[in-house]
Amino acid sequence: MKYAERLENVTVLGAAGKMGSGIVLLAAMEMADLSLEPGNESLAFSLQAVDISQKALSGLVKYLRSQVQRFAEQKAAWLRKAYEKREDLIENKDVINQYVEDVLAIVRPATEIEASYHSTLVFEAISENLDLKVKLLSRIISNNSRNAWFFTNTSSIPISELNDKANLNGRLIGFHFYNPPAVQKLVELISAESTLPDLADFAKQFAKKLRKTVVPSHDVAGFIGNGHFMRDALYAVSEVERLAEDFGLVNAIYMVNKVSQDYLIRPMGIFQLIDYVGLDVCQCILGVMNERLPGGRLHSPLVDRLISQGIAGGQYADGSQKDGFLKYEKGRPSGVYDPDQRAYAPFSEITEHCHKALGAPPDQAKPWKSVIQHPDKTNYLRGYFQQLKVMNTLGADLAKRYGRKSKKIGLGLVNEKVADREEDVNTVLLTGFFHAYGPINDYFEGEVRP
Amino acid sequence: MKKSRQKVFMTAGYDTISMGTGRKEFHPKKPRPGLEEYIREAGQGTLKQIGGGKNVDEGVISNFMAARFNKQGNLAALIPSVDEDLRWKPCCRVEGACGSGGLGLIAGTKSVLAETAEVVLAIGVEVQNTVKAIYGADILAGAGWFKGERKKGHAYFFPAAFSVRAGAYFEKYGREKTRQAFARWYRNAIENARLCETAQEFHNTVENLESLALTEPNPQTFVDHLNVFDCSKVSDAGSAIAIVSENGLNRIRIPKSEAVEVVGWGQVEADLTIPPEDPTWLDTTSRAVKKALECAEISLQELGTVECHDCFTISGLLSVEAIGLAGKGEGADYILAGNTSRQGTLPFNTSGGLIGWGHPTGGTGVRQAVTIWQQLTGKAGNWQIPISPDRPYALSINMGGNDKTVTAIVYRRAE
Repeated sequence: MKYAERLENVTVLGAAGKMGSGIVLLAAMEMADLSLEPGNESLAFSLQAVDISQKALSGLVKYLRSQVQRFAEQKAAWLRKAYEKREDLIENKDVINQYVEDVLAIVRPATEIEASYHSTLVFEAISENLDLKVKLLSRIISNNSRNAWFFTNTSSIPISELNDKANLNGRLIGFHFYNPPAVQKLVELISAESTLPDLADFAKQFAKKLRKTVVPSHDVAGFIGNGHFMRDALYAVSEVERLAEDFGLVNAIYMVNKVSQDYLIRPMGIFQLIDYVGLDVCQCILGVMNERLPGGRLHSPLVDRLISQGIAGGQYADGSQKDGFLKYEKGRPSGVYDPDQRAYAPFSEITEHCHKALGAPPDQAKPWKSVIQHPDKTNYLRGYFQQLKVMNTLGADLAKRYGRKSKKIGLGLVNEKVADREEDVNTVLLTGFFHAYGPINDYFEGEVRP
Repeated sequence: MKKSRQKVFMTAGYDTISMGTGRKEFHPKKPRPGLEEYIREAGQGTLKQIGGGKNVDEGVISNFMAARFNKQGNLAALIPSVDEDLRWKPCCRVEGACGSGGLGLIAGTKSVLAETAEVVLAIGVEVQNTVKAIYGADILAGAGWFKGERKKGHAYFFPAAFSVRAGAYFEKYGREKTRQAFARWYRNAIENARLCETAQEFHNTVENLESLALTEPNPQTFVDHLNVFDCSKVSDAGSAIAIVSENGLNRIRIPKSEAVEVVGWGQVEADLTIPPEDPTWLDTTSRAVKKALECAEISLQELGTVECHDCFTISGLLSVEAIGLAGKGEGADYILAGNTSRQGTLPFNTSGGLIGWGHPTGGTGVRQAVTIWQQLTGKAGNWQIPISPDRPYALSINMGGNDKTVTAIVYRRAE
C-alpha cells in the first residue's frame, strides 16, 4: 500500500480531546494536501473523528474551521498552485475558503467505534488508561476490514505491552505528539520489537510530511519526555519538602517554582507545568511508570493529597488554565495552594518573604522569551551560568542543585537505554518542552565557592 | 503642456500618525480609529489652519479601496462630516490605486485653474489594518488587472510584481550592489522616519539597519527577490492639504511664505491591460516626471528634495533612474554614493517615504505634498533639511499600480 493509500481512510480515537483534536487537524490537512496532488484523484479521503461526546465533537468542528483557516493563510502561495486549475478560485480568500471546505469535508465526526472498521490507519489518542486502550484496539482489529495500522499517542505505556494485550501483531507504533500537536514540533517515535518495519517507515514519512522533529525513543515506560519530566517534577517536590521545614510548604512551592522558571530560564515554573499537564494526568503517568520501573520511587504523596482534595489542574474547555498547585488569574499564576488550609495563599502574602530568602537574582538574568530569541544564545547562557556558579544565595544554590539533577536525569535516560544519544534527550527538552538549553550540558559542572 | 493661466498654491498640510506594525500604539487585536476618524482628524487639521469649513469651496477625497477594506463607498459624503460648514458644498472622491492621492491633488488643482473654486480641501485616506495581510494582498491586487493578472499572480501579488522587476534588474545590472543599494535605501528611510513623529517607523530602534535589510529573500515564505524590509508596511493614515488660488490665500489669511506654489505637473496613464515592456524601467513615471519638469521649466539641478513612490526599495531605485538622476543601471551607485540621504545632494523622502513614514495607499500622494510643504516652508521641525537658494524646487511622484497611474508635481515656496 502506498503512502497516500494508507491515509485514505483514517480514524482518530478520542478525536475531540486535547491531543486528538490536534491530531485530527494535522491528519486531515495532510489528507487534503494529498487529495490535491496529481495522481491521487481516485482516492476518497475520509477521517473518522471518533469521540464519545457528541458535544465535544461539535466543538471539534469549530476548532478545525478556525485552525485550518490559520494554516491555509500561511500556505496561501502553495494553495494558489494546488488549485491552479480551478478557474473559479482567483483570490487568496477563494483558495483559503476552498481549502477549509475541503479539509472539513474529509472529517466525519462519529460517536460509534464501528466508524473505524474500514480504516487503513487508526490513531489512538484516548485517555492514558491501558485497559480502555486494549479494549478499543482489540475490538477494532478483530473487526477491521483493511488490515489497519495503529498509531498510539500514549506518553507512558510501553508499546509492546499494548501490542501484546490488544493482539495487534506488530501493527502498532508509538507516535507521541506534544501538546498542542498543531504547534509543538516534537514527535517521539517508539517502535516495539514487534513493530512492522514498513509501519515504522510510514510513520517516519508521515512525521516528515507534517514537518515534525522526530526523536526515537526506546520502548520504556514514560519514554524520553515523561522519563525526564516526571523525575524532574518529583525532584522539585522533594526540594519543596526539604525547604518546607524552614519556610513552610506554601513558600517552598513558590520558591522552587520561581527558581525553576527564572533562574533556570524555563518557559514556566515546574509547578505551573504540572498544573498545565494536569495533576491527575501526572499521577496517572507516574502510576504507569512506577508499576513498570520498580525501585524508581516514581510516586508523590503530595500530588496524591492535592488530587484527593479536588485540586487537579488541567484546562477548561476554552483552553484557560484550571487552578492546581498554583492559582491563575488571566492565565498568570497568582497564588499557591495550601493543603492544610484547603485554600490559596495569594502571591502578595508570599513574595516579599520568599524573594528575601532567595536573595537577589543574578543580574544577567533575562526572561526565557528574550533568551530563546537571543542572537547569541550560547554565549549568553555561558556567561549567565558562569555568574550563577559563583553566587551563593539560596536561589542560586537551588538552581545549581536543580540543574545538576536535571542533567543526571537526562544522563540516566541514556544509561538506561531509553534514549540512544544525549542529543536526543536535549532535543526532546528543547522542542517538546521549549527549554532554552538541553539538560545535558556543562553549565553546572564544578562547585565554586567564593 | 499649456502654461497654467493662474498660480496654484498648497498650504496648511496635516498628517495623522501612520498606524500599523512598528508603532507602539498599534495592537492588532485592540480597537483602533477607523476611516471616519482619520478623515476627520486630517480634514480638521487643515481646516484649523485656514479658518474652518466656511472658507472651503470644494472637497476632494482620495482613497483606493475603502469599499473592501472598510466596506464603505460614497466617500465624498464623508467630507462634510469633517466640519458642518462643508455640508452642501461640491465634493468628489477620486481613485487611482496607490496613485489616488496624486489624482486628488490634480483634481483640486484643476478646480482652482477652472476658477470654480478658490479653496479646495484635499484629503487622502486609507485604513488597511482591518484585514490580515494575506487578505489585504487580495484587495491591493485590485491595482493590477484583475481579469488578466490575478489568477496567475502570487499570493502576495504586488510584492511579487516588484520582485519580478528586482529580479530582472539583478540579472541585467548585478545583484550584490543592487541589494546593497536596497539596504541603503531602507536605512535612509528608517533614519528619516525616526525624526518624524507621525511616521510609522518613528519608534524603530534597530541598530544595524543595513545588515538587517540584507536578510536573504526567502521564496518559500515570501517572494523571490525581495524581503520584508524591501517593502512598505500596511498603514492606516489620513493626510490633508488646502489647494488654493491667490484669492484663496487672501481669504484664508495665509501669507505666501507659508504656502508652496505648484509650478508644474504631469499626470500620465498607462494601459492597465498591458504588462511593462521593460521591467527594469518605470516608463510611466519617467513620462510624468518629464512633463512636470518641462511644465515647470526647471532642470534637475534645481531640485532641492524629492518625494518618490518607494512602495518597494526597487521602486525607489527605479525612480532615481526614471527621474533622470542616474543612467539606466546606475541608480544603485547614485544611492550608494549617498546622494539620496538627508545629507546628500538631493535628499529623498525626508519624512521616511512609503517605507519609513508608511503607505496608506490611497492617501500617500496627499501625504507627499504635505511633506514637501513642510520642508519648503520650514515647518519640518526635527526632520527639516536646509533648502538652498540654488535648489529651491521639490518634486513629488505618486504611482498607482505597477507604474500605471502616475502624477508628478513640481513645487517651490511661494513668493
